[in-house]
Amino acid sequence: MGMTMTQKILAAHAGLDSVKAGQLIQAKLDLVLGNDVTTPVAVKEFNKMGLTGVFDKKKVAIVPDHFTPNKDIQSAEQCKLIREFAYDKEIENYFEIGEMGIEHALIPEKGLVVPGDVVIGADSHTCTYGALGAFSTGIGSTDMAAGMATGQAWFKVPNALKFVLTGKPTNKWVSGKDIILHIIGMIGVDGALYKSMEFVGDGINHLTMDDRFSMANMAIEAGGKNGIFPVDEKTLEYVKEHSTKEYTVYTADEDAEYDAVYEIDLTTIVPTVSFPHLPDNTRRIDEVGDVKIDQVVIGSCTNGRIEDMRVAAGILAGKKVAKGVRVIVFPATQKIYLQALKEGLIEQFVQAGAVFSTPTCGPCLGGHMGILAKGERAIATTNRNFVGRMGHPESEVYLASPAVAAASALTGKITNPEDIA
Amino acid sequence: MKAKGTVFKYGSNVDTDVIIPARYLNTSDPKELAKHCMEDIDAEFVNKVKDGDIIVADKNFGSGSSREHAPIAIKASGISCVVASTFARIFYRNAINIGLPILECEEAVKAIEAGNELEVDFSKGLIKNLTKNEEYQAEPFPEFIQEIIAADGLIEYIKKNKN
Repeated sequence: MGMTMTQKILAAHAGLDSVKAGQLIQAKLDLVLGNDVTTPVAVKEFNKMGLTGVFDKKKVAIVPDHFTPNKDIQSAEQCKLIREFAYDKEIENYFEIGEMGIEHALIPEKGLVVPGDVVIGADSHTCTYGALGAFSTGIGSTDMAAGMATGQAWFKVPNALKFVLTGKPTNKWVSGKDIILHIIGMIGVDGALYKSMEFVGDGINHLTMDDRFSMANMAIEAGGKNGIFPVDEKTLEYVKEHSTKEYTVYTADEDAEYDAVYEIDLTTIVPTVSFPHLPDNTRRIDEVGDVKIDQVVIGSCTNGRIEDMRVAAGILAGKKVAKGVRVIVFPATQKIYLQALKEGLIEQFVQAGAVFSTPTCGPCLGGHMGILAKGERAIATTNRNFVGRMGHPESEVYLASPAVAAASALTGKITNPEDIA
Repeated sequence: MKAKGTVFKYGSNVDTDVIIPARYLNTSDPKELAKHCMEDIDAEFVNKVKDGDIIVADKNFGSGSSREHAPIAIKASGISCVVASTFARIFYRNAINIGLPILECEEAVKAIEAGNELEVDFSKGLIKNLTKNEEYQAEPFPEFIQEIIAADGLIEYIKKNKN
């Protein structure tokens, strides 16, 4: 029986000719990742093992991005702990303020993941790198500690769902974010539980790498173990621009088995919004109704890339945000920040009345830099709208694309970008 | 391994943000985390929970973030075991890795009510409802995972196998 793309990558890293769904394997890791929330716990566990060093100084990455720049004394202490660990163990890919970014935008940008890799990260959105044709998945701190120690992790080989994307989006405002919100709305927040989400089809040709990163990023919001795209010319162009690492291209066998196959006609997708309090509570933009908002958040590991900045700035340029609406834009990395600066996007944001922040996960998880009060509503290009996600348990988060978020900033209510022109 | 206690019952998609909100993640001290466990979904939980009590929930328990602080907070609050119809996969791994026993059993979740007294045998996957005098059979863990649990978590398992 044939293997899916994910199964082939896992088999190769387990030193096996083939694997099948449900099989428990030990796989070699190409990268082990952690952030300032999860790494302190991993360091404590790592230290229990009495080892002098990590398995490979080049294959561990630590990115303090969640509560940084340090939001309070306790966060500063957590960052200090992981900084000292990184220096002590001579971890090459530790990224301090000034060179850091939101991990899932930073790691591909630094060329640390290439097609065919196996990556674990103590952050659920580690699945982002599936956009590059790698197997990457979120794990917890103890798995991170074990991975840093042994360079291996155990996995149950996943079953898979196949998403055949066809056609080219006809709505000019549709992005990868709308497609993935549509898919999550269709299959539910546990629709891909324990499974791979494999994206295929000619529709992928019309998706930029930034679109694909947004989509793979949110595989976890459908419960998926990973989301993965085939490697094509766009992928290889990205890899050559960012990395010198050797890569391997894997393709699914024609007779690979899938639990279900879904056809997604991209010509029918419209801007899509997830209502509180689950990402699968989606509505088409024309079914949103009158939803007033207090805050707009544009950024995050889902939508803080340069295309996202361009789309949002393009809508806000030469206009003013609605009175009483707080608009927070945060690019995902220093490189994106600089690019936005060079292109004049930051000036457009500031002139429009938005604030432009240093890279941080802060507002997305209700950490800092944009917390909501009781009863307040935000539209955000982030990935979760759970109860209390961005602040008070009685606040609300609506998930959308940068285009919808920027259009909404101008009107003070959730708005179709088509209506702003 | 066995657990015995009173049931706290929840619905589907109990996510890690409500198990332990991110605003408390500036520490990893289990006792501090336990003070805020389930706060955004059940403010009374921390006042009512007793050592040995059991959480029973429907589908996709522990969805969302990879924060190991979630099973750590649950364990430190005194909960001895979580029974759910399904678990989100990262939570599932994390629970095993830190030694918080969990079982998947849809039949049990349907029948068990808040406040029921349960006795759970993990190695057999057997859940006894002492209040209703019923038994439910969950799939026991695969042998490999039972070894990790028997070693008291992944780190001890690795130490043991290294020597």
